[in-house]
Amino acid sequence: MTTTVGGGNPAGGADSGGSARPGAGQDPYGAGSGAAEGHVYTVTGQDWDTLVSEHAERGDERIVVNMGPQHPSTHGVLRLILEMEGESITEARCGIGYLHTGIEKNMEYRTWTQGVTFCTRMDYLAPLFNETTYCLGVERLLDIEDQIPEKANVIRVMMMELNRISSHLVCIATGGMEIGALTVMTIGFREREKVLDAFELITGLRMNHAYIRPGGVAQDLPDTALDHVKDLVAWMRKHLPEYAAFCNENPIFKGRLCDVGYLDLAGCMALGISGPPLRATGYDWDLRKKQPYCGYEGYDFEVQTWDTPDAYGRFRIRLNEMAESLKIVEQCVARLEKMSGQPIMVADAKIAWPASLSIGSDGMGNSNEHIKHIMGTSMEALIHHFKLVTEGFRVPPGQAYVPVESPRGELGAHVVSDGGTRPFRAHFRDPSFTNLQAMPAMCECSMVSDVVVAVASLDPVMGGVDR
Amino acid sequence: MSDQVPEEPGSEVVAPQPSAEVLATRKGMFGVKGPGDTSGFGRLRSTIEFPAAAQPPFGGWWDQVYGRIGELIPNYSDVITKVVIHRGEITFHVAREHLQSLVRHLRDDAHLRFEFCSSVSGVHYPTDTGQELHAVYHLQSMTHNRRIRLEVSAPDGDPHIPSVVATYPTADWHERETYDMFGIVFDGHPALTRILMPDDWPGHPQRKDYPLGGIPVEYKGATIAPPEQRRSYS
Repeated sequence: MTTTVGGGNPAGGADSGGSARPGAGQDPYGAGSGAAEGHVYTVTGQDWDTLVSEHAERGDERIVVNMGPQHPSTHGVLRLILEMEGESITEARCGIGYLHTGIEKNMEYRTWTQGVTFCTRMDYLAPLFNETTYCLGVERLLDIEDQIPEKANVIRVMMMELNRISSHLVCIATGGMEIGALTVMTIGFREREKVLDAFELITGLRMNHAYIRPGGVAQDLPDTALDHVKDLVAWMRKHLPEYAAFCNENPIFKGRLCDVGYLDLAGCMALGISGPPLRATGYDWDLRKKQPYCGYEGYDFEVQTWDTPDAYGRFRIRLNEMAESLKIVEQCVARLEKMSGQPIMVADAKIAWPASLSIGSDGMGNSNEHIKHIMGTSMEALIHHFKLVTEGFRVPPGQAYVPVESPRGELGAHVVSDGGTRPFRAHFRDPSFTNLQAMPAMCECSMVSDVVVAVASLDPVMGGVDR
Repeated sequence: MSDQVPEEPGSEVVAPQPSAEVLATRKGMFGVKGPGDTSGFGRLRSTIEFPAAAQPPFGGWWDQVYGRIGELIPNYSDVITKVVIHRGEITFHVAREHLQSLVRHLRDDAHLRFEFCSSVSGVHYPTDTGQELHAVYHLQSMTHNRRIRLEVSAPDGDPHIPSVVATYPTADWHERETYDMFGIVFDGHPALTRILMPDDWPGHPQRKDYPLGGIPVEYKGATIAPPEQRRSYS
């Protein structure tokens, strides 16, 4: 006999035993025709006593709980289907797709440059990594990988490492919130705001930047950017140790995280897990070291590993990686200080975005100099601008896959061109999507309270999972 | 990039490289066709050529991998139908009936050891007659730090490709997504169901014959067509 508890989602068919709430009748929003096996309870809040007393009479501990897709501790719209014996999970499965927006399909109808605007919205906590892996793929197809200006690469690395910090902060903050460590949440979002302020200064937006473009970056750093980033690094150096002081040896924190969500190296290999969960097994696999891109081979940093492949080990890796990212950001700032005035976009005018932006009296917009040039002095410049902005550039036929190490693991874009001005196909290998497959392996035979911790330790971002 | 040739039948057409894979021929520009084409580009012809097949020796570790596959699989020329090297990436085109045995060798052999399957992705080439649906596998050898790509194709009428889940459990969701988006049926997959689209969704959205959707947008009396019907700059 199976008993199902749902948050208004599972089908309450005519054969179901009725509702736990007297007088509530069938769930008006349920599908109504499903062949749900056994007794279905529709829980709408405030009725746990009725549910418990009704179920206690049945003398059956086996129960199927539908957790999500609106549950606050499932990191967005993730649906977990948990079969439980008492409070132990006997089987667990994921239901995804609630945030599928057809980004990959949409990209096929826009130019190569406009594709950046779409893919930045996928993994919304790490937008700059989505942009980078896509642009690296496009640049490989264009065969301009070695023409990318040095300054563009340094800016890319600096932005990605700042993004890694902000992404790990959200992971630690929300993961802390879900186990009741609210201070970790409040200070985590405080620090993240500082990083987003830097993003806003440099790209104009807190998220969905579309800043990294095929050929370079969208615009040069504003004058105050490097000072701002230096202040940010100083702030982080002061405040990041707080997380270690709060959590590392906290007995409650360790009690909730240690030995939870265990997944060893063999499990990671089979399930395709990368990123912090893989490095928590002690394997120092990091694409920044193993297959460097954007000049990562020229930076001094250490790959962080841990010796317990559980939620605690992943937490410690994220904490240590933020410190390593700060080291890289400092090296980037030191290089950028000597690069004032250098180009940030590939020299090939057939690829480089023609317009530049500047701050006007009504905010940021097309630079007046550029508008004056194309509208007043050069017909050819106007034609060139129009062709490149509306039609875009052509990319030679072929396919490329250039993965990067995102905060969650290997993120890659499989980019296929048919020689046209738009992607023939762009498919993203998102680490959230792949890592989420490990949920059953990590949760089955554990307690229901550990499911939340285990899922949080994978750090899935549903925008990346569903795309 | 494009060659302008006369339109009259029987005239000389610039022959593509014999080994390059010609996918389609483009005509004109801006997506306009027929008598309405006043662009002046109507007679423009350009062939879409995908990178040509490479012949051994390929150089570097590519030869080691190819040679080792040849040692392990006696009929390897039937298994690997084509090798393409483009922009520093190697692609093995694999006959679909031999895919499962090949990936098992690729994962287990100590000289190959591609133990990590990064992704499975589908591509729909409507003009590639007889092999319209492609499944593309990106394999990573962490032991040797090498990356290869496998490409398997199936015709539209018989969209079956054997599943690699038995060798790479991580391919489970990737194959479900590829089935969901392209309708490629992965034989042997433990539970091949839709994953991103709703269970009762008709059609496979990422196929090229599936419209993007959307409705014409009206603004002050003028209408803007849905994206897939707009001017396309072929």
